[in-house]
Parts: sequence; structure tokens; C-alpha cells
Amino acid sequence: MSSDNAPHFSSRDAVVCRGVGKTWAAGTKRAHHALADINLDVAPGEFVVFLGPSGCGKSTLLYLIAGLEDATEGRLWSFGDLVETPSPQRSLIFQETSLFPWLTVWENVSFGLSIRGASKEERRTVAAEALQRVGLKAAMDKRPDELSGGMRQRVAVARALAMRPKVLLMDEPFAALDVQTRARMQEFLLDVWRDSGASVLFVTHHIDEAVALADRVVVFTSRPGRIKTIVPIDMPRPRNLFSREAESLRIQLTDLLRDEVDRAFAEQEAFAVPA
Amino acid sequence: MAVVARDGEPGVAAAASRPAAASRLMASMAGLDWLARIWWALLSISLFAGLWELCWALGWADEKLLPPPHIFLDNIAEQGRYFNTATRWQVGQSMTEGPSAFESVLITGAATTARVFVGLIIASVLAIGVGVLIRYYRFFDRLVLPTITLLSPVSPIAWLPVAIFLFGIGNAPAIFMVVVALFFHMVLATINQIDTVNTNLINVARTMGASKAQIYSRVIVPAILPGMLQVLRMNLFGAWMVVLVAESTGVGYGMGQVIMLARNTFNPSLVFFTIAVIGVLGFTFDWLLRLAQRRILYWLPDTAERLRVL
Repeated sequence: MSSDNAPHFSSRDAVVCRGVGKTWAAGTKRAHHALADINLDVAPGEFVVFLGPSGCGKSTLLYLIAGLEDATEGRLWSFGDLVETPSPQRSLIFQETSLFPWLTVWENVSFGLSIRGASKEERRTVAAEALQRVGLKAAMDKRPDELSGGMRQRVAVARALAMRPKVLLMDEPFAALDVQTRARMQEFLLDVWRDSGASVLFVTHHIDEAVALADRVVVFTSRPGRIKTIVPIDMPRPRNLFSREAESLRIQLTDLLRDEVDRAFAEQEAFAVPA
Repeated sequence: MAVVARDGEPGVAAAASRPAAASRLMASMAGLDWLARIWWALLSISLFAGLWELCWALGWADEKLLPPPHIFLDNIAEQGRYFNTATRWQVGQSMTEGPSAFESVLITGAATTARVFVGLIIASVLAIGVGVLIRYYRFFDRLVLPTITLLSPVSPIAWLPVAIFLFGIGNAPAIFMVVVALFFHMVLATINQIDTVNTNLINVARTMGASKAQIYSRVIVPAILPGMLQVLRMNLFGAWMVVLVAESTGVGYGMGQVIMLARNTFNPSLVFFTIAVIGVLGFTFDWLLRLAQRRILYWLPDTAERLRVL
């Protein structure tokens, strides 16, 4: 177990985790150890996918990196700065729609600028530019409920991009979309990622998604979530997801995950059967 | 980009004209919907009145005690004499002077409506303000919430003497009664609404560097508006009930006072006539509030249809 919290890392690294852990409701009867011993370095511009069974704490880690929750163990840095509070440098995109329903699309996208008190012209210009990048400039004046699920997530991406983040944190952003839309959104995300130069940390439980997107796949164990292994993927992009290489990656990741799911099942059975 | 085709008018496919065409279509549909709703409302009331009349015709309902609609609505001029009694009974004023019967009903109704309206506004502003402050400042929460919870179950009737002690007679005690009857519940409802705001929305604002004040003003307050208007609507009826109690104790004039008068003079016709007027006023008020709700909450889809398919 790493208790060494001294920052042995390059200050250029987008995200650095040292001995990070999280216990929810610590000190109470409902205390739940969600995450333990996370040591991870993410390079600038890297695409890292967190893969693991549901409830393994991978989303928790994302919230810790975003600064929305405090780690109960260890420390995190982003570009040399200790992560203590949320920052516009690290934008989080959620699974469910998180657009403000009472604002138009462009107002949603420029929300962060309005927080800083930017003028309307400036906000509209930035919003138009960000929406251009996600191919939704024509929908600027619509309201979120007029858009499809995929469009809404693209707007959420545009809103994150408008902040010019160095790290994009994505919590199963395409999980609520149908398979075809999801495949298209993955291509779209890769384009956005390439253009923005930001690091992406992407949470999913879909193996296909991990193979399609990641530079590195971080596979999690469950209860508490630990890093089981990190699988690098050096397939060139655009990737042929039907290639032999992709297939063998899928098999490898499936095997890694199956152990975890089996373990989780065994634990649940132990729960269910009275001693 | 997929935009749902709303109406297939050729030549207006340009994005700019689409909202106009859609709103025209929706306006025409809303018009029909409106007619149908009036039709059903009339049918509903007729059915109720019809049953009552039937009971009267069969001799089950004594017209001295339960006069059916055709009797208590028969002589509006006669009933109207009892309205706006404050001006009519002023010293030196004869029974034939002053506003006409119809005007009296209008004045009395308007006076009661105004009390409900003012009370409702004051109660909502206070309750939302206090509710937000309670969640905003932990210290305020600890200091104030126990008392508010303690006073919440107290019946408005119990506040009646207090209203009179504090404000004597006139508009003030009636408005006070409305405010006090709604305020505590609405504070608790506000807190409940704040607690159920989607955490993602708050987190988005946090990652964008919003301050606590900005999160409250830009996210939480707009997010609780739909729920608060719903709460307001539910409390509207409460306000109508309370205002009658308050008015029955010497406000001067108002629907509550007419009811008391009818009770004291054993005039069932006047009771039912007043109830009918109150019903119409309350119904109209509710309808206006729903209209305002749709205007203010433009972003909410109409969800009533969702249950119809079951």
C-alpha cells in the first residue's frame, strides 16, 4: 500500500493521483469504502478510459479528480496544482442530461462565461464557436427539450469545450444513447479530443467503448475500487474495431472484467444466503 | 440534424419560420382544446346541478334547507342586496342607495379576491426567501427551522384571535390570516424543492467556477420554480378557505361576511349563492395561475398526457 504522498511526478502531468481513496459517510454505520490505493498519472492530451463493473468506484474517482468531492486518503494534482476545489480547467460531463432546461442552447454553452460576467456579444461568439465544433451551430437558439439525447450530449460537450478545459472528465456520457448514436458519438468525441488537445478521462462499463476510444484502459476491481491493471492500446486511429487486434483486446478485457463480476456475484450470494 | 417535422407547409422550411409555424399550429390546437375543456366543465357542473335538481323534484331535498340551483340563482338582485353591506349599512344610507346588486357582488368578490391575491404573494415571497436562506446559511437553518416546523401544524383558526389582536378589523387581519396559513408550509415546501434539485446541475455550475451565491441565483432558484408554482397552486385553495374564516369576523365586507350573514339570518339560498360565487372565483383564479405557469415555465413539456396512455 502506497502511503508515500510526496509528489514524485512531472508537474506537466494532466492528472496525478497518489494513494487516493474515498470512504463515503466515513465514521458512520453506513460507511462505504468505495475507492482505495489509486496511483495514476495521465499525460496531457492522453485518452484514458476507466473500465469496471457498476459500483466499482470509477465514477467516484472522476468526481475526486473534478474536485467535486474530497478524497479521504491520498492526494491529487492537476498540472502541478493540488486538486482541492472544482476548476474550469477540468470539465465534467455527466451520463444524464445536465443542461439547464430554462436556458437556450447557446446560453447553456456560455453559462461559464456568464458566471465570469462576460458581455452578451462575447458569450454568443464563444457559444457559436463551441457549437460549431460539435456541429450544432444551427440549434443555437433552441431549448434543450427540443433536442434529441445525442444532440443534448453534444451540447454538453460544447459547454465543456467553451471553458477551454485541459482535462475533460466524462462519466458514462453515452450510456443513455442507442448503439448507433453511441458509435457516431464516439467518432465525434475523438475528433473533438484531437482538436482540443485536452486529456480525456472517460468512465464506461462497455468494453467496446474502451477499445474504440482509449490510449490506455484502466481496469478496476470492485469493493473497494482499486486499479486491477492498465491495458495500453496502441492501435492507430481510425480504428478498425473488427480487426483481429481489436478482437483480442476485447477478449482480454472481458476476461479481466469477468473475474470482477464473478467476485461481486459471489459476495452478493454470501449476502443473500443466511449463515 | 434531426428536427421533428411539425407541419408540412412547403416553402417555410427555413429555420427562422419554423417556430412561427409551429406556434401557429399549437395555438389553433390549443383553441380547440380550450373549447373542449369548457364543454366538459359545463357538462360536469350540469351533471352535479342536475342531480341536485332531481333530488328536489323527487322531494328528497327540502328547498328551505337545500334550495337547488334554479332557486338560489333565480333572483340575483335579491341576493345581491346582501353583498357589499359595508356601504349599504353606513349611517344615513338607505337600502336603495349605493351600488346595484350586481355591482355589490362584483365589489365583494373583488375585495375577497384581492385579499387572497395579496396574501398569496406576500406568503410566497416570504416563504421562498426564508426557505432559500435556510438552505443557504446553515446557522439560519439551525436557528429558524425548528420554530417553523413547530408552527407549521397550527391551524389557521388558532391564528384568528392573533390576527384580530394585532390588526383589529379591515383588510390587514384577513391578509395576515392568509399569509400565516400558507407561510410555514411553503417554507417547508421550498426547502424540499431545493433538496431535490438535480445534483448534476449544481455540479456543472461548480465546475464552471460559480460561487455559492451564483449557484443559488442561477441554478437553484430557476430549478425550483416549477415545483414552487405547483405548491403555490395547491396553496391557492388553502388561501381561499382561510380568507373566508378571516372575513367572517368583522372585516367589513367580503364573501366570508356574506356567509356569516346568511348563517345568522337562516338564508340557505344566500349560502349556496355565495358558495357558487366563491367556486367561480376560485376556479378562475386557478385557471389564471395555470396560464401564468405555462408562460413562466416555458421550458416544461406538457406532461399531463403521459398518464392518459395508461
